[in-house]
Amino acid sequence: LRALVLADVEPGTARLTSASLSAVTAARQAIGADGTVAVLACVPAKAGSELKNVPKNLSKCFVAEHALFSHAIPEHRAPLVVQLQETHKFSHVFSPASTFGKALMPRVAALLDVSQVSDIVKVESASCFVRPIYAGNALATVEASDAVKVCTVRATAFEPATASDDLSGVQVENTSHLLESFLGNAAALSTFESEDKVQSARPELGSAKVVVSGGRGFKNGENFKMLEGLADKLGAAVGATRAAVDAGYCSNDMQVGQTGKIIAPELYIGVGLSGAIQHLAGMKDSKYIVAINKDPEAPIFQVADYGLVGDLFEVLPELESKL
Amino acid sequence: MVRKVLVGVKRVVDYLTKIRVQADGSGVDLKNVKWSMNPFCEIALEEAIQMKEKKLVDEVVAASIGNKSAAETLRSALALGADRAIHVVTPDGDASASPEPLAVAKILRKLVEKEKPGLELVLLGKQAIDDDSNQTAQMLSALLGWSQATFASTVKMEGNTHALVAQEVDGGLETVKISLPCVISVDLRLNSPRYATLPNIMKAKKKPIESISVESLGVDISPRNRVVHVASPPQRKSGIMVESVDQLLDKLRNEAKVI
Repeated sequence: LRALVLADVEPGTARLTSASLSAVTAARQAIGADGTVAVLACVPAKAGSELKNVPKNLSKCFVAEHALFSHAIPEHRAPLVVQLQETHKFSHVFSPASTFGKALMPRVAALLDVSQVSDIVKVESASCFVRPIYAGNALATVEASDAVKVCTVRATAFEPATASDDLSGVQVENTSHLLESFLGNAAALSTFESEDKVQSARPELGSAKVVVSGGRGFKNGENFKMLEGLADKLGAAVGATRAAVDAGYCSNDMQVGQTGKIIAPELYIGVGLSGAIQHLAGMKDSKYIVAINKDPEAPIFQVADYGLVGDLFEVLPELESKL
Repeated sequence: MVRKVLVGVKRVVDYLTKIRVQADGSGVDLKNVKWSMNPFCEIALEEAIQMKEKKLVDEVVAASIGNKSAAETLRSALALGADRAIHVVTPDGDASASPEPLAVAKILRKLVEKEKPGLELVLLGKQAIDDDSNQTAQMLSALLGWSQATFASTVKMEGNTHALVAQEVDGGLETVKISLPCVISVDLRLNSPRYATLPNIMKAKKKPIESISVESLGVDISPRNRVVHVASPPQRKSGIMVESVDQLLDKLRNEAKVI
């Protein structure tokens, strides 16, 4: 069995994301000890030699270099995956279930006429996978019958594969020549226009060991910033509920939940949030959950390891000062 | 030429329903639950209706795929402002056997072909809150060879040739310029869907719903993925309540050892 993992690469640093390494782990579990895993990294022009955080023991690292790959536009990448599939006949094509994989993988699956299995959290066998449905309120075990298994992988459910910045032992195959046949047409379909990405010195929300998260209890965006002090003391990332994002307290990339980010840190501290089902879907696999809320009936207390009933405007400053 | 937008609306278990997994592991209990239009489909429909109000399109066509009860969801779509509806009727049976995203995308492709010319935009929710697949829009776009945008938080038409779409991606927002025709999947913050008014609910009863059997479209909807088992997720053990910040810190430092 042979797997291809579509890696998400940070364009500025040419680093494979941690979520991509988790997808490699899932792929290895699916193909077993006798199988091989290859990775495809699409990078900006001439960045192929700068790849970092590359998994060890790959059968091959396919690299495609083009200026258009500064941004992850699915139309620019899906035909390349199809060409590689036609040549190499992979048994499994996996990617992380980040927005990168969510946007790209169904496009690939449809072109291959394969029914995709999204957001897998467990590998039962080469063709059998577990995935959450109904916002994680049920876990479905799914047997995929298509010849190629196309899956996106929930990063928090798989340890990232061991990786290195040293490419010396990796067989790199440059596939940029394959782009000519389609990239002109693909570029006409869609182009990058602009981005508004949040720069933060804090750890990335999806992979942070500690996350502090806030909800509507903060009442406004100014108050919401109180979480930043606590986050800095703990070396934590800051998350938010959908309600807090919708109310404009913080940016959309901070949303944790069924339709936002799925996280599973060592420690999750939820402050001034009730614990709506769709929010719990995004964080209930955290190792330890702390809830701070003035309403003792808030559903978040039902999943919390440690609950503290209190006014966040009193509790937060005290907590921060005592850390 | 009538400028049309096609909107997919899926009938799902209402988002406020606490679903139950059946004890025999065969699936989710769908008896006596409340059904609603998928919230992301509501947002897609609202966007289409607003586009018509701004005279960017002339006609909003809502489509749903499902057994006879899907007609109720289409009637709601008509009450909200869709001009007409297409019901692709699937055999009556277990609701959990609803078509997979690939089959849905193939059906929608047939509808797009049927509605040509004038149809240059399909709006879909980014995911249905039952199977949480998040695939159909991207698959439809691929099958048609059209451009795609996903997780849209703003959609701005640029004349008759392009759309600027801000997409909610992991790091923030990323705006792409896509050429028409295109498929766009919408996210939560694109708009706030309206409620149907009583006069519009009455008017919707006179709007047409066209029924098409899935067989007549020639699309194979038999599942490629077999659901072997459905289980409840492991329940978290209920924890303890602490009385003070000091006690909380003590627990985190000495019991959980996470700080």
